[in-house]
Amino acid sequence: MSKTLFDKVWDSHVVSTIENGPQILYIDKHLIHEVTSPQAFNELEDRGIPVFRPNQIVATADHNTPTLNQDQPIKDELSRKQLEQLSENCKKNNITLYELGHKYNGIVHVMAPELGVTQPGLTMVCGDSHTSTHGAFGAIAFGIGTSQVAQVFASQCLLLSKPKSLRVTVNGKLKNGVLPKDVILYIISKLGTNSGTGYFCEYAGNVFEDMSMEGRMTVCNMSIEMGARGGMIAPDETTFEYVKGREFALKGDAFDKKVAYWKTLPTDSDAKFDKEYSFDAEDIAPMITYGTNPGMGIKISETIPVDENPSFKKSLAYMNFEAGESLINKPINFVFIGSCTNSRIEDFRVAANYIKGKKKAANVTAWLVPGSKQVETQIIEEGLKSIFDDAGFELRQPGCSACLAMNDDKIPQGEYCVSTSNRNFEGRQGQGSRTILASPLVAAATAVEGKIIDISKQLN
Amino acid sequence: MEKFTTLQSRAIPLHIENVDTDQIIPARFLKATDREGFGNNVFRDWRYHKDGTVNTDFVLNDSKYSGSILVAGDNFGCGSSREHAAWAITDFGFKVVVSSFFADIFKGNALNNGLLPVQVSPAFLSDLMQKIVSNPEIELVVDLEKQTISVKDSELSENFEIDAYKKTCMINGYDDIDYLINNKEQIEAFEAQKIY
Repeated sequence: MSKTLFDKVWDSHVVSTIENGPQILYIDKHLIHEVTSPQAFNELEDRGIPVFRPNQIVATADHNTPTLNQDQPIKDELSRKQLEQLSENCKKNNITLYELGHKYNGIVHVMAPELGVTQPGLTMVCGDSHTSTHGAFGAIAFGIGTSQVAQVFASQCLLLSKPKSLRVTVNGKLKNGVLPKDVILYIISKLGTNSGTGYFCEYAGNVFEDMSMEGRMTVCNMSIEMGARGGMIAPDETTFEYVKGREFALKGDAFDKKVAYWKTLPTDSDAKFDKEYSFDAEDIAPMITYGTNPGMGIKISETIPVDENPSFKKSLAYMNFEAGESLINKPINFVFIGSCTNSRIEDFRVAANYIKGKKKAANVTAWLVPGSKQVETQIIEEGLKSIFDDAGFELRQPGCSACLAMNDDKIPQGEYCVSTSNRNFEGRQGQGSRTILASPLVAAATAVEGKIIDISKQLN
Repeated sequence: MEKFTTLQSRAIPLHIENVDTDQIIPARFLKATDREGFGNNVFRDWRYHKDGTVNTDFVLNDSKYSGSILVAGDNFGCGSSREHAAWAITDFGFKVVVSSFFADIFKGNALNNGLLPVQVSPAFLSDLMQKIVSNPEIELVVDLEKQTISVKDSELSENFEIDAYKKTCMINGYDDIDYLINNKEQIEAFEAQKIY
């Protein structure tokens, strides 16, 4: 029978099926961080259950870490304790941890692919909804709750019912200035925030085939923002080249054998999906959000739609925007380039390329937060740091930072932030903050101009 | 996990769509390393103004309403995977959340914590909201065995779906870890012969 990429990976990981119930799904790689793991470790300890496969777990500290002075003790007591707890738990259970300051430390969804932990055909989980990122490699990767973190610790498995399948196809040529972030923001603006709930999504078409791995990760990262537990892209030469030679990748013949297997994974030509959508690349433009969920997005040149729904109105009231207005020329005081969506080297290259020779507007605070130590090093080695320094941008140390503002990187009450992160929920970047999601290019342009501009007009 | 069979209670109407987990429990409260006390901060930024004063406009602060059933707008629990959201809701005292749609991860987290997500039709949800608002003292009856939710002393009633396995777990207070650990041999056998 014809199978999708998702079917092939899922079916090869089913340990058994409970009659009229879920399946036991085997998990190859389990990524953990400081925020969603401590209660799971506690639970195992309370019940006297050992960690079953510690060598299939990789840990990092990212959500609650400072982005300045990482070499010094963390001032906030609760944050420090949470990180200490992670170190202690990993040590006790023989789990590899890339702690703060380690050369491999970084946001879990940036560092794991960088190290080659993420590979095609695997099942991967993490107590973080943006685990969908790793689907860019043709892996089944999804976020789980802490009870499930404990289940994977205990058994390397989860009890799950197989989700339905969804395919989003985008073919054609992307316009100048349209980045992977715009593609996914466009898709979510068209499909809404719950169209993917209950589904696993495959992205297909030449637009994704032509993307770099960094771009594919940006797209898959935001699958959860349309409700889909995960997103996947078929592995191809771009994928194999990216994985080759990385720390956790097999070497030599063993790697070639893997590649031969990975080549069997793409969706069969006559496989059926439960739901399909397709879009024309030419219709996509640089995007921006105006509301308090990622589905509330428009092309940067468009005006905010008019809608009488009370939740829609509540959202606009929070943002202090009016239905029907344009966001062009809105003054912006904060810009954040970072998060597991857009903090890879390619994102900083895009920003640097735009910023080079320009200056940040005086009213703007612009934070650049690399996704990992490796990205940080690359930024310095490629000479991007001096471009950012010259332009008045602040390059910080790696972490989740102002994406969720668990650390001190908070946007003040009432301020707008043009952000390359993934969620524009109320208060997401700090109590009372107002988030406008955009690509690294739009974010960089906003920082230079001190206001939102129509980047497509400027580029053409 | 606490068992759940039936519940009769008043309900609190949260007439907002797309309630995300950042609203249920903001990230700044996720620094704890245990599961206790999250109820204090559930819907924190809606319950309180930034200066710490109580927002009397918010439904959870409206003394008209009480009960252990939360009736919320469409697409409840979207956003992050933080199980702290389910812990916060249960810790506050809710045992059931009713909505016309739940986000996947939240739904799973709720079920793993003895919090029953009851998905109803949009029409039923709308009727239910209206009934509660017009008479906050009405009581709802949720029967997990029969998979029904009804308004006491009224015609309003609807069946709801729940995964058969999860239903058994909720009724008996079982969790997935027990089941998985009892299948260790099968898991080890799988590891020995996996094909990928």
